[in-house]
Amino acid sequence: MKKDLLSIADLTRDEIYSILDAADAMREIGERPIKKVPTLRGKTVVNLFYEPSTRTRTSFEIAEKRLSADTLNIAVAASSVLKGETLADTAMNIEAMQPDMIVLRHASSGACHLLSRICRSRIINAGDGMHEHPTQALLDAYTIRQHKKRFEGLKVVIVGDLMHSRVLRSNVQLLTKLGADVWLSGPPTLVPTAAERLGVTVCTSVDEAVVDADVIMMLRIQQERMQGAFFPSLREYFHVFGMTAERVKRAKSDVIIMHPGPMNRGVEIASEVADGPYSVILEQVANGVAVRMAVLYLLAGEVEVD
Amino acid sequence: MRSCESAKRPNDNPILPVLSVKSPNYQITRSPDARRPVPVVMDADRIGRTLARIAHEIVERNRGGEELALIGIRSRGVPLAQRVARMIADIAKHDIPTGTLDITLYRDDVGRHTGAQPIVRSTEIPFSIDGKHILLVDDVLYTGRTIRAALDALIEFGRPKTIQLMVLIDRGHRELPIKADYVGKNVPTSAAQSVQVRLAEIDGTDEVEIEG
Repeated sequence: MKKDLLSIADLTRDEIYSILDAADAMREIGERPIKKVPTLRGKTVVNLFYEPSTRTRTSFEIAEKRLSADTLNIAVAASSVLKGETLADTAMNIEAMQPDMIVLRHASSGACHLLSRICRSRIINAGDGMHEHPTQALLDAYTIRQHKKRFEGLKVVIVGDLMHSRVLRSNVQLLTKLGADVWLSGPPTLVPTAAERLGVTVCTSVDEAVVDADVIMMLRIQQERMQGAFFPSLREYFHVFGMTAERVKRAKSDVIIMHPGPMNRGVEIASEVADGPYSVILEQVANGVAVRMAVLYLLAGEVEVD
Repeated sequence: MRSCESAKRPNDNPILPVLSVKSPNYQITRSPDARRPVPVVMDADRIGRTLARIAHEIVERNRGGEELALIGIRSRGVPLAQRVARMIADIAKHDIPTGTLDITLYRDDVGRHTGAQPIVRSTEIPFSIDGKHILLVDDVLYTGRTIRAALDALIEFGRPKTIQLMVLIDRGHRELPIKADYVGKNVPTSAAQSVQVRLAEIDGTDEVEIEG
């Protein structure tokens, strides 16, 4: 592995499979009476979160603790950032205290790349703006493999706010790298320019896109990142693009429904689908811990020299 | 001893080639790509007999083997544990639970070696080890560091009554105060050599070789 995990582009196919295989072993640790192994004893991991997060931050923290790392959380609301410190200054000050890894969540795309250049610590991207969220894509792939046992030829349909989604950007790279047939669907106003160049099929009709799908992945409408009106109303959005039980019927009978969370029930997904038999949304959360343990473990090795 | 007897018999059939006298204990074969001959220290028969002898020793020392469970250390300890468990079950007439232990996450050299991290595999112990007599099984005992890691790993699953250790080969060079309770064969080696244990379940053949 490289020094940092900033993007799915940093990973080869073999490295992706080695993460997924290691996650299998890590999952078993979570089922033990004593959910802890001494692997990262004496390593310090800083979770630096510039954006609100429940799932990702908790998941990273549990993963770090299960591997016996010393963790500390910096929530920006209680830090010097409010006093005007820049990201680079904050990072260099943390770096001066000799941590081994920094897990960064930031609202600006590329924030992790900046840290990667100025820090000796290993940087794990926990979501940077509209750019990437690699550990989410890895846990999604892990969940897909659990259910489908393969990626080659799987039809994966990703529906929702494509434009603002870092989960989408990581997932498209990962799934196409592993040979899945990826379809994107959502309002034309929320389709990124030249999305086809990513090697995917874009189909703005959800009803058509979901036909014979093996996996349906829903994305959240990210109102906090929207500047301007991309669709008339949330009600209309649900009517045209929301995942309803009717639409799920058009997919394969063993389809799985995924959502990276947090969900907007009644906007991108109907409650009966989110809580229904095809939903693997809570499995994704459970797998997140195992996959993040695998990433932390594999990054703790020696740095490969390019 | 069988080969000695067959060697004594006069070979009066001219069509049959003269058989060379081979000691079953030490046989020199030439591996295809190595310059030096590779000594085979155990062949399949010898491994089979050794495991059978150890199975009897285990039953004897554990008074029939009630409350005994075998845990194999990945990779080659696992098939060894399964074989010995079957042999004990035949002798003692009751089933012996077996499990699999992966010690990767308990190693004392995480992040200290060069290259990628060792591959971590799952641990499967489908029974409670509390109060049991646990027999750890591995192929080669060398520095003792694997066994130290295995003891740490095992204790996280409960409190066994005793932990014993069985290895197929003890090659010396211990770096920790660890000693096996059951040893298939003591093989003196130099630190530069490597001991290759091959087992049918993983490698397609049963043999032990010293390389280097």
